[in-house]
Amino acid sequence: MDNNSPYLHPQYETLSHEELKALQLERLKATVKHCMNSEFYRKRFAEAGLTPDDIQSLDDLRKIPFTTKQDLRDTYPFGMASVPLRQCVRLHSSSGTTGNPTVILHTQRDLDEWANAVARCLWMVGLRPDDVFQNSSGYGMFTGGLGFQYGAERLGALTVPAAAGNSLRQIKFIKDFGTTAIHAVPSYVTRLYEVMQQEGVDPRRDTKLKVLAIGAEPHSEEQRQRIEQMMGVKAYNSFGMSEMCGPGVGFECQEQNGLHFWEDYYIVEIVDPETLEPVPDGEIGELVLTTLNREAMPLLRYRTRDLTRVLGRTCPCGRNHIRLDRMRGRSDDMIVLRGVNIFPIQIEKILMQFKELASNYLITLTTDADNDNMTVEVELEELFTDDYQRLISLEKEIKRRLKDEILLTPYVRLVPKGTLPVSEGKAVRVVDKRKVYQ
Amino acid sequence: MKQLSIFIENKGGTLIRVLDLLSKAGIQIIASTVSDTQDFGIYRVLCNQPQAAFLMLKEAGINVQLTDVFAISIDDQPGRAAQAVEQISKAGVSILYLYSFLWKGKGVLVFRVDKQDVALSTIHTADMTQLTTSDFA
Repeated sequence: MDNNSPYLHPQYETLSHEELKALQLERLKATVKHCMNSEFYRKRFAEAGLTPDDIQSLDDLRKIPFTTKQDLRDTYPFGMASVPLRQCVRLHSSSGTTGNPTVILHTQRDLDEWANAVARCLWMVGLRPDDVFQNSSGYGMFTGGLGFQYGAERLGALTVPAAAGNSLRQIKFIKDFGTTAIHAVPSYVTRLYEVMQQEGVDPRRDTKLKVLAIGAEPHSEEQRQRIEQMMGVKAYNSFGMSEMCGPGVGFECQEQNGLHFWEDYYIVEIVDPETLEPVPDGEIGELVLTTLNREAMPLLRYRTRDLTRVLGRTCPCGRNHIRLDRMRGRSDDMIVLRGVNIFPIQIEKILMQFKELASNYLITLTTDADNDNMTVEVELEELFTDDYQRLISLEKEIKRRLKDEILLTPYVRLVPKGTLPVSEGKAVRVVDKRKVYQ
Repeated sequence: MKQLSIFIENKGGTLIRVLDLLSKAGIQIIASTVSDTQDFGIYRVLCNQPQAAFLMLKEAGINVQLTDVFAISIDDQPGRAAQAVEQISKAGVSILYLYSFLWKGKGVLVFRVDKQDVALSTIHTADMTQLTTSDFA
């Protein structure tokens, strides 16, 4: 490793478009062949009348049917695996929301490649082996924890698995360990800054911070700039999803003009979510990803449901890996709030367990003083008491049960029956007023 | 006696809807009270036809409950309210809430308590006058 090089993997990062395409085709063919070890893809290909030999060019990719999250649920837990289970060393799972959870399997090689990808991202934004990297993101099943941990270690940085929360301890670590880089969801960086202010800590004067990696929840360019002003360092946008390992899929370079998606790892398509036809560069569509070097669970044309657009295919940084805009929303009803993925049905399921509540509810997402918040309004079925304390206790109990389910605490408001909007046919359940979508 | 307890949102126009429904049904309000809270409030109403009003409001989709309260009449003199509350408290009864109004030159105290039967027997022995809905007709 040459510490002065802007690239950790120059042999991949600086490939020309032609070289990248040749590499992608080679890897695509190998991936498709390997997929035939998976029961799911064998069936899929048979149903579509396809064989691996039908894939002879990158354009042939479009012959392959899409893979969806529902497919992952339907094959729960191991039906997607392309290797025997004994070769797998790690499993990540998302919460079961509308049925089965999803399971992502990894071989040791998958984990190595994942760590390489994250290390490449961090190197790109200036991290080197003498840096101290504090990962203030959730651990456990949330891939932002272990993903960044192994990636930063692979790069050679001193890596602190601080995890999320306990801001006073985080700040002590930042000062005592000389932390130079932090990864966190944007709203948590804001929270850290608030606590720093209360404690009289000036990040510019009292810390050695030089880089922030933020991601896993939607945020606007304005929010990023505010975070940079608060902390006095550059903040780079990170994109990841557990289906694609986790973080390390896309990351901004120092130009901060879109996220480079690593095309030696993935084939990127942007399609119209209705027609599923490709959209021209610059137009917003749904991101579809095909993995190119996954062993345990390769995915072909996976519909991420994230909406974005192609910003460009070249960059002054010297990387020709495609640049995508920050995520613009979702083509399904999933809510991403403070790094947590939530489906409205999860909230509905909890609310319906309270016999005191009617079936009409409304979820409102807002940005208040840089923090993204959720308010759940729900109609009262019967006034069962005229005691304020009991009604407030009910609100608290709803809040507690929702927190157990969605892992963050929403505001809960009881409202009288018949006061929430009911639209024709399908009720409006989610109103998103967050800045990122304005 | 029965009191209407109506769940309302802390938002403009919500009280008017309830009052409008009561007035159209020819219900006469004797006394009412609402407290300030964060998000929601409970509008408490003593009226001349609590059962009819309850059914009508429920029919209209309003969150409403009939709540047991009792009312006593006292002389409109300093110290009489204190006396009444003291009697009730001495009997080991907790007052959940209380409101008062004037009626034909007398003071009226309306109590919501945890043990209404105990409170009522105190009233009878303490020689305070209990009022019923029909007294206000």
